[in-house]
Amino acid sequence: MATLPSSQTDIELPATQQPVDVARARSPRRPATWVLSIITVVVAVQLLHLLLTNPNFEWDVVAQYLNSETVLQGVVMTLFLTVTAMTIGLVLGGILAVCRLSDNALLRALASSYIWFFRGTPQLVQLIFWFNIGLLVPVLSIGIPFGPTFASIESNTLVTPLLAAIVGLGLHDAAYQAEIYRAGLISVDEGQLEAAKALGMKPVRVFFRIQLPQAMRFIVPPTFNSIIALVKGTSLVSVIGGAELLFSVKEIYSQTYQTVPLLIVASIWYLFITTVLNGVQFFIERHYGRGSSRNGASSLVVRFLDRRAAERNLNRGMES
Amino acid sequence: MTPPVLRISGLRKQFSGVEVLKGIDLEVHVGETVAILGSSGSGKSTLLRCVNCLEVPSGGSIWLGDELMGYRQESGGTVRRLTESQIAVQRRKVGMVFQNFNLFPHWTVLQNIADGPRSILKLSKAEAIERSMTLLTRVGLADRANAYPRQLSGGQQQRVAIARALALEPAVLLFDEPTSALDPENVGEVTDVMAALAASGATMLVVTHELGFARAAADRVVFMDGGVILEQGTPTEVFDYSQEPRTREFMRKTLV
Repeated sequence: MATLPSSQTDIELPATQQPVDVARARSPRRPATWVLSIITVVVAVQLLHLLLTNPNFEWDVVAQYLNSETVLQGVVMTLFLTVTAMTIGLVLGGILAVCRLSDNALLRALASSYIWFFRGTPQLVQLIFWFNIGLLVPVLSIGIPFGPTFASIESNTLVTPLLAAIVGLGLHDAAYQAEIYRAGLISVDEGQLEAAKALGMKPVRVFFRIQLPQAMRFIVPPTFNSIIALVKGTSLVSVIGGAELLFSVKEIYSQTYQTVPLLIVASIWYLFITTVLNGVQFFIERHYGRGSSRNGASSLVVRFLDRRAAERNLNRGMES
Repeated sequence: MTPPVLRISGLRKQFSGVEVLKGIDLEVHVGETVAILGSSGSGKSTLLRCVNCLEVPSGGSIWLGDELMGYRQESGGTVRRLTESQIAVQRRKVGMVFQNFNLFPHWTVLQNIADGPRSILKLSKAEAIERSMTLLTRVGLADRANAYPRQLSGGQQQRVAIARALALEPAVLLFDEPTSALDPENVGEVTDVMAALAASGATMLVVTHELGFARAAADRVVFMDGGVILEQGTPTEVFDYSQEPRTREFMRKTLV
């Protein structure tokens, strides 16, 4: 057997020079993967067995209440609270983010103080606080500051659990959303803004046509994170008597004592809502991912959808 | 000679106390191509960026035709800085090509070029597309109109960026080291487009390290060093017969 002369390591030459083609090579053996797969299957079967055979889940009760009127009203209230608080959060958060990035020191200070306060106190405390605003300001009135008033209303009449919930959830969400926007906006390359300015675009146009669309790629994932957190956060409203999903199932199990099945009912609905949101996120991310990579998308589903879209465009082009 | 389209007088610029431009006087005439050379830190890019107000000068003045860039003279002699929106209107007469292309990645090549004519010059959609396609043909990329910038090579992106700057029919074109971010094999395609542009009578101010381009395409070469213009003249005067030791040293080091 010949060896190569080498100052460092001697390399053995193959004994025979049989031609070898690696094209049909098999995958390496991975015993650990097999063991792990078997354990996973066993645990999964066990879990399924538990779910199906443990009578304490009371699946018949779950089925009975899943579509009951009280639960559905709770679902509708949870969705309503989510949408209104989210809208306040998205709009007010946007204004706060723009203020924090503004050249105006007063606007910057105002936005920073807002975020400091609403991010720095617990959401539950804020909800209870808004619900009890009447203790701090018994009468709300509209008028000239330190002058005559035109109209006034008692706080306790105005601030229902619903209003307290919307305000409490929305203002808290805005503080977080502002930082999400800001993170996205400052991640856009300075050169992009300079190029837009050099083309003679005015500041508003630079913001909406160049900076924001590119920032969206970084804004969308954490925004859905916070929307999903908001869906679940609405359950805090049960504390101040807002009749959302958790409040509704609590109302039922406080009478029937079927705690576990009704909490499962609530969980199923929360999971359903967040699953739908996951789907929406997928499509929004795909929209803002345009031009972000050399080869287009990566996942199988995205590649399939993109091929469909490309075929549609082609067909449209041939018609016209 | 025609009157200068761009007149820079006594231009000064400081960055946190450090003086980068120490009084620049430079005139550019219609149809002229001026190449600005100098080692890094000599202030060439800052000079260019002051022209379209991407930097705020510390002193001096820049006139584009009869307009004072970035400022307005009020009755009584007060000079007042313009708002960003007013500056945006002035910038439409100045095109700029950046070192890193800075094409908008979320828009196709065609959208990148057609947006200016469409939204700023208010052309119809058909006119904007027609103008864009003409320009793309001129830079040899008509077949890539629907590609996204990241799908193009650096040289192709820079040619698109040139077409985008031309789409607004600017009075002056600024090039900030347009080939410095390119692979050596892609430099030629960009300098060829620029040389053709210079030959067609465009008014260009080009900061570059491509001495070959400067010698072949520039009408005048300006050599900057330490924030001042050390000398200027025809390419032959500056490249071959410079009396300034600093210029000669730069040429010797760069040409090797």
